[in-house]
Amino acid sequence: MKILRIFMILFLFIGFSQSKSNEKNDELKNKILKNIRCLICQGQSVYDSESEFASSIKLIVDRKINEGLKEELIFEFLREKYGDWVIYDPILNKKTYILWLLPLLLFLLGGAIMRKKLKFTN
Amino acid sequence: MKNKINLFVISFFLVFCFVIFYKGLNNSSIYTPKNINKKNIPIFEAKDLNSSAYLNSKIIFQEDTFYIVNVWASWCAPCRVEHPLLMELSKNQSIKLVGINYRDNLNNAKKFINELGNPYFQTIIDSDGTLSVEFGAYGVPETFIIDKNKMIIKKITGPINEKIVKEIKLIIK
Repeated sequence: MKILRIFMILFLFIGFSQSKSNEKNDELKNKILKNIRCLICQGQSVYDSESEFASSIKLIVDRKINEGLKEELIFEFLREKYGDWVIYDPILNKKTYILWLLPLLLFLLGGAIMRKKLKFTN
Repeated sequence: MKNKINLFVISFFLVFCFVIFYKGLNNSSIYTPKNINKKNIPIFEAKDLNSSAYLNSKIIFQEDTFYIVNVWASWCAPCRVEHPLLMELSKNQSIKLVGINYRDNLNNAKKFINELGNPYFQTIIDSDGTLSVEFGAYGVPETFIIDKNKMIIKKITGPINEKIVKEIKLIIK
């Protein structure tokens, strides 16, 4: 009876940890798919699209996660196949530095103007 | 002086916006991934269309020659258009054509080949589209040129035409 109880607890524990890990993988998969652009759709992510391209990408991402690949490596794989455009979150390189630095410059410029104005009113 | 600076800043901002919009609106909204750098061919295993036997990339690309990988499907109208050109290319002794049958009904695929001729020395099945993704394709038809070092040196999106055939012949010379 005792052995049966231990087995049941073990069985429940394994089942619970398995479902937890599946949940984690699903979360990661959705996070990745939401950040991949569907190349044959208009303004849709792979997550939102039902196109053939999107369903192939979903399968590939699922496979890569099960193989144990990290998020960055999966993005790198897709970037290598389709270029930077396929990822919604662009990396900082010579083509995107204006995109990343312009808001910062505008913020600093705005700050400087405000500071000058405040000084002037005081 | 202050007015002059304001005028300069506003003018600069307007010109900046104009240039951005002018350039942006002139660009095509259809994105075609560029194949700038040479890439290794993916390692894969896939079923042969005719024999249903499993083949791996090492066996398919074992010869010291140029290969052309063509992603096609029987339901794809442009594939029908480019097929005679693939037949012409298949006569060239310096290249071997590999077909990837993309998300297709196998009977229809076999009918397509029987009807129009078989330019491929090997046709492999990609029933879920994942093999095409490994190559970097996102639709049909797409064609990849692979050199003797087993590197993808060129990718052609859409059906090939006479100009592309000439280009391929120049590359393999």
